[in-house]
Amino acid sequence: MTDVGPILEARGVVKRFGPLVANDVTTFAVYPGEVVALLGENGAGKSTLCKILFGYYRGDTGEIRVAGRPVTITSPREARRLGIGMVFQNFSLIPALTVWENVALFVEDLPWVIRPAAVIRRMRADAERLHLRVDPRLPVGRLAVGDRQKVEILKQLLGGARVLILDEPTKVLAPQEVEGLFRTLAALRNDGYAIIFISHKLHEAMACADRIAVMRQGRIVATLQAHEASEATLLGLMFVDSSASSEPPAPSPPGEIVLELEKIATAPDVGCAVLRDLSLRLRAGEILGVAGVAGNGQRELADVILGLRRPSGGVKHLWGENATRWSAARIRERGVASIPDDPLALAVVPILTVRDNLVLGSGRAYYAGLGFDWGRLAAAMDRCAAQLGFPPLAYNARAAVLSGGNLQRLVLTRELSRGPKLIVALYPTRGLDARSAASLRGLLSEVRAAGAAVLLVSEDLDELFALSDRLIVLRAGRVAGSFLPAAFRAEAVGSCMVGAADAA
Amino acid sequence: MSTTFVAAVASSSILSGTSLLYATLGELVGERAGIVNLGLEGVMLIGAAVGFAATSIAGNPYFGVAAAALAGSATNLLLGYVVIARQANQLAAGLSLMFFGLGASALIGQPFVGAIVPALPRLGVPGLGAFDVLVWLALPTALFLWFLIFRTRWGLALRAVGEDPAAAFATGRRPGSIQYQALALGGLLAGTGGAHLSVALAMTWDEGMTAGRGFIAIALVIFSKWNPLWAVAGALIFGGAEALQLQLQARGTDLSPFLMTMIPYLLTLLVLGMWGWNRQSAAPAALGRSFFGVE
Amino acid sequence: MRRDLVLARWNPAALAARHRAPHAIATALASLAIFAVLLVAAGKDPLRAYRDTLFYVFGNAYGFSELLVRMTPLLLTAVAVALPARLGLINVGGEGQLYMGAWLATAGALGFPNLPAWLLLPLMTVLGFIGGAIWALLPGVLRAIKLVNETISTLLLNYVAPLIVSFFIFGPWRSAESASYPQSPAFVDAARLPSLAGTRIHLGLLYGLVSLALYAFFISRTRWGLAMRAVGGNPEASLRLGVPVSGYIIVAMGVAGGIAGVAGMAEASAIQGRLVAGLSPGYGFMGFLVAWLAAGRAVGILIMAFLFAAISSVGDILQITQAVPYAVVNVLMAVILFIVLSQRRS
Repeated sequence: MTDVGPILEARGVVKRFGPLVANDVTTFAVYPGEVVALLGENGAGKSTLCKILFGYYRGDTGEIRVAGRPVTITSPREARRLGIGMVFQNFSLIPALTVWENVALFVEDLPWVIRPAAVIRRMRADAERLHLRVDPRLPVGRLAVGDRQKVEILKQLLGGARVLILDEPTKVLAPQEVEGLFRTLAALRNDGYAIIFISHKLHEAMACADRIAVMRQGRIVATLQAHEASEATLLGLMFVDSSASSEPPAPSPPGEIVLELEKIATAPDVGCAVLRDLSLRLRAGEILGVAGVAGNGQRELADVILGLRRPSGGVKHLWGENATRWSAARIRERGVASIPDDPLALAVVPILTVRDNLVLGSGRAYYAGLGFDWGRLAAAMDRCAAQLGFPPLAYNARAAVLSGGNLQRLVLTRELSRGPKLIVALYPTRGLDARSAASLRGLLSEVRAAGAAVLLVSEDLDELFALSDRLIVLRAGRVAGSFLPAAFRAEAVGSCMVGAADAA
Repeated sequence: MSTTFVAAVASSSILSGTSLLYATLGELVGERAGIVNLGLEGVMLIGAAVGFAATSIAGNPYFGVAAAALAGSATNLLLGYVVIARQANQLAAGLSLMFFGLGASALIGQPFVGAIVPALPRLGVPGLGAFDVLVWLALPTALFLWFLIFRTRWGLALRAVGEDPAAAFATGRRPGSIQYQALALGGLLAGTGGAHLSVALAMTWDEGMTAGRGFIAIALVIFSKWNPLWAVAGALIFGGAEALQLQLQARGTDLSPFLMTMIPYLLTLLVLGMWGWNRQSAAPAALGRSFFGVE
Repeated sequence: MRRDLVLARWNPAALAARHRAPHAIATALASLAIFAVLLVAAGKDPLRAYRDTLFYVFGNAYGFSELLVRMTPLLLTAVAVALPARLGLINVGGEGQLYMGAWLATAGALGFPNLPAWLLLPLMTVLGFIGGAIWALLPGVLRAIKLVNETISTLLLNYVAPLIVSFFIFGPWRSAESASYPQSPAFVDAARLPSLAGTRIHLGLLYGLVSLALYAFFISRTRWGLAMRAVGGNPEASLRLGVPVSGYIIVAMGVAGGIAGVAGMAEASAIQGRLVAGLSPGYGFMGFLVAWLAAGRAVGILIMAFLFAAISSVGDILQITQAVPYAVVNVLMAVILFIVLSQRRS
């Protein structure tokens, strides 16, 4: 590093989304010829800050300077013109076109007649110079993800970027590809580029960065030189040390085994995480919390349990029976309920009315002749809603117009009215206001007390600590750690989530 | 199988295949931009009717072909307006265009039924037959389109729009404008294909004379994987099937013409099944959504 | 978020909200005006044609009956589109399914000429249904196993069916009588659907109305109809709620094809009295447009089929009174469609 000023600097940037303060950054700077890691857990505000730097969002207040000059960045094209490039997790590449075609589209100066041989030769030279070895002639769709990322990086650099922002770049990479990426970044750093590396994995930050800026709840809480940082220091900065703040739930006597997964594995599928060798046991009257960074197999786990995804290996038992090949309908009939995170997309048909949605998920319960016994349905649902303390249901409203909280209440009424014995709740309080979330948590406790088994997947450690009888951590498609209430500590669980240490 | 038979079939294939090729190329350009035109049959009919009428009026077949091309382009732009500017459903709009073409061509052609027009002059090839200028231009046109689509800046933008209009927009291009251009060009070609039937081959105008060639062309676009060079091969093969059938019939052989005419459709279905099996789709991705998506 | 499971963005309920009565009248008037301009340019008299049509259709029992005759196949082919559309499927294969229904029904008519009508006609109806159903089942299965999109497969099969029909009437079923104009032998009287005295209105109209009524009842009042609407509205959620989506796809396509097949049987049996090559002037495609305009609603289908049939009458009048080829009336139909299609959709 030289004593040149920062090439990109953010001062006093504040960004709110409604009541949520996503960013409150006093100062953040990156210098040419360095790699800065922006480290923090999910929701800390790292992506938001960088999206402001890239022109996707505008900060409510604050100033951004490029090479010392204050600028207003109104759009990504503006940012590109100023020499700021950003590589997201989902690349904006066109799979059917080749590498050189994708890059050529992005970079402005093309002659009317394109001579591929010349373009390819030039691009190969450029790619070599930028330490990004990729064959320009291949269609992007055929490249491994790591190579696609290289193309995206190449695109940004040839488009004039002097600052390169990478948003969680290793998330999509295989372990071997990560090495390659770090080598490339180091080489680019040596050539004078400035690199911002967003990550939640502290080992990676420590491995490739020169400086590490730790973010928590929208603020940069510390900036350290990489050689000054240790795992312990970083963890302490990333997570507010909190243990279970409320009373741990009274341990109930262990009930029968409701769900057992033995060495479950799933086949690779586009856009999905792969489960490997996943085993767990869930008993009646128990809430099993599942923690983990999003994308480590939580959704796939829920899908396997609900019968929506066939495991390619392993066995699933429900109440002692081998349910590995059961259909989703059969699993529901047996008393398994699902509370997904996005009810509008996953649990409800928006164009149908509340009444239709209620009966649709109720199996054969309300069959009458060729249609349904609407009277009996209404009576049962009203009873259930009253028991749950919900306001009366608006039967004739289309599901599409309901608020998030009301949708979740609709789903809960429907699912719980069937008296399920196993509930799979996937980020159930996501998107809910505080009161609805609290009441949902209370509900889960109650059903647990009534003898049901609950699998609760959540990103909210406080929520998990408050509700779980046991907690497991999912990482890379397997159970990376298991905790009892006495051991519920954010630092410990957090470090297991990000891979700092494997707790037994 | 004598050489004269082979020559007759080859010559006939080339003649039959020409109008099919132009229509296929026209549809191909539009589909590369992400727009499927189910009304291609209607566009061809308009081309045939206008071509015949204009030739009759002006006494000049070249004028007729030019008029037909322009008419085809205008018809395609009509589809373009409805589908691009008004965001209408492409399938419904295409079928409407088909009906439009059926009717408009009947209206335009009616006064000229039975007229005698000068045919497009032909140049002979010894041993093979005599071919008109559109036949001579067919292969160069395909080559030019290949060049246009794969070797020019416009073609790159065209393909980007057909794959991912949002991504194309993000690079500063205007997808709508490019789609209009593609349709205009495609219409020129489709109209020419129609004109070839009335002004070079049959030398008459009959209602509905394209007899489904527009739909064969749509199948052929898929079959040729949206590549103009493969379209040439496909048009020859499919044109050949028709030619073979005509020649066999002329010789009194009892091979059913209908079974042969089925082949393009069945082959295309087979090819689609194979792609589906391999989970690959050569279709431009944005075209894919309404027409090819299975998820 | 797994939103990738989307069958098609053709949501009848959402589309329905966009068609309103005042628009319909303005559309009709605008279309008639545009068509009138075209006719004048061609040297014809549109006002006379419109007036004559009104007299023919509403002032004349036979004229009105012809309108019903034209409407009949449209009712059936429209249901054949509307039913799978509830699942989000696009069936443009009504034409082919119609021909295959006619073909199989003809096999029955020619194969059992000695059966009494009360046995033969139901047999032919069933055969018509089966013929069309098989033709739609292939695309249905291909779609259910995620191999080929049903839009393109039904479209392609549209053109194979008439070729099969032609093969038979030029070959094994060639009628000895008319050597110049190939067609099947005439059906025996027992194989002909009965007509209303003095008109050509035939039992097919009843088939059409019954199919429409059953479709409406099925979709709105039965649990399978609800399941289908759910799949069309959100296939992912329906799958998660245990709805057997693949099964519904296959069955819906089969039934739809069968209904279109009955239309073919009716046209061959009642109108033509034999199997001919040009059995359908595009009833399958018109059915698609009828169903699309009606946004899949039964009452709308009735109205739109009536409208299309009325347009056909304009075509008849133009042909009879002013020597305009019947096909020209397709322009009027297209203009109406373009105007409707052009109305702003989000």
